[in-house]
Amino acid sequence: MIEKDLVVIGGGPAGLSACKVALDAGMKVAVFERSFLLGGQLVKQTHKFFGSESQYARTRGIDIAKILIDELDNTDLEVFLNATVVGLYKDNVITVYQDNKYFKVKAKAIIIATGASEKFLAFENNDLPGIYGAGAVQTLMNIHGVLPGKEVVMVGSGNIGLIVSYQLIQAGVKVKALIEAAGKIGGYQVHASKLRRLGVDIITNTTVKRAVGDGKIEKIVTVKLDDSWNEIEGSEQEISCDALCISVGLSPMHMLLSMAEANMTYVGELGGLVPIKSCDYETSLAHVYACGDVTGIEEASSAMVEGKIAGLMAAKHAGFIHPDYEALENELNNQLCVLRQGPCGEKIRCGLKKVGEVYD
Amino acid sequence: MSKKDIIICRCEDISLADVEECLEAGYTTVEDIKRILRVGMGPCQGQTCSHLIQAEIAKYLHVSKDSVKFQKTRPLITGVVLADIAAAALEGEEDD
Repeated sequence: MIEKDLVVIGGGPAGLSACKVALDAGMKVAVFERSFLLGGQLVKQTHKFFGSESQYARTRGIDIAKILIDELDNTDLEVFLNATVVGLYKDNVITVYQDNKYFKVKAKAIIIATGASEKFLAFENNDLPGIYGAGAVQTLMNIHGVLPGKEVVMVGSGNIGLIVSYQLIQAGVKVKALIEAAGKIGGYQVHASKLRRLGVDIITNTTVKRAVGDGKIEKIVTVKLDDSWNEIEGSEQEISCDALCISVGLSPMHMLLSMAEANMTYVGELGGLVPIKSCDYETSLAHVYACGDVTGIEEASSAMVEGKIAGLMAAKHAGFIHPDYEALENELNNQLCVLRQGPCGEKIRCGLKKVGEVYD
Repeated sequence: MSKKDIIICRCEDISLADVEECLEAGYTTVEDIKRILRVGMGPCQGQTCSHLIQAEIAKYLHVSKDSVKFQKTRPLITGVVLADIAAAALEGEEDD
């Protein structure tokens, strides 16, 4: 059996940041990534980040991934790609499936940084070809260079919906409309304004009722919603399109923690089932830590900071003290407070309160 | 509206009509519905459909979505070829 000081599950912004800090603390680390490349969702983010300098503001997501990966040039790190962690067991053992090989790994500490997956919507003919998740559209366009269609309707006005709409326009696709079930836009105004200036119709209080097409999507039928989310009869409208892009939120990839029977709770504001964790980011399972979107849906900026804290704490409790431990701990916690302040952080603060983390 | 054309579980091809039939028959937990319809037993192991089923149960029982229990997650989290598990087990025996 492979043995390591630390196993990090997930090679996205949280996982890579955790690796860096743990390596600096002197641990021997293995990171397991399901995809064929490291970086998680950052690798398809062609837009520049917001936030502060310490989370690479004004740098494109794809370039942040490169920075995080370059920082990990260390012989104490072993990287497993195309490697899905399929089991987590209480004695700190994981099982991995990589290229048709199934094997076990044991570690002094485990960091779960599995991220999140896209939510889906229930409407008539929601299995017609041409209906995608926004993340899938980003993967097609920005990783593989394939356009999802010529005329797209976006569902959902969170930051992902707004940013992917803009990226579709950059790629030469017509965004016919952006529809949002709530009464107001979910993401940052600055992104929405940019779309409006480009002539995109943003329609609130509206959802998709039905997709129509013979073998592939040809148009959608939308319907207006009242304040209690009920459909308003007679308000149906048709929009022709050859692709529909769904961006209605993310849900934490909780499965490893749930299977190992970590103490979990369902928090709507955080996207679904999340672990209850100590202030040291340890879950109810001893020596198993969690950080990033698996602990609640947020921006990549906070995932990176959380990853560093999880790395710092996992190292400390396994007897590896980071050379800058105290300064780093204060600095990282301050960064999180800044990231979560203000009206944009309200939802996440409200969600975190339900798992015992107070930022007010 | 044809509820047969609203797909809830893409892995196992289960429609809203199937789920509502279960609810009306008195099966009102994710676990019950999973056993009857196989929702959540495909490649994604319920990561996509659990939220939709949870919402349908909440609507049917007039309770909040947060109070509807999620399905139990069992190892392994995705499909693994049995022969590969067997090969790993045999290799382990040789090492001992």
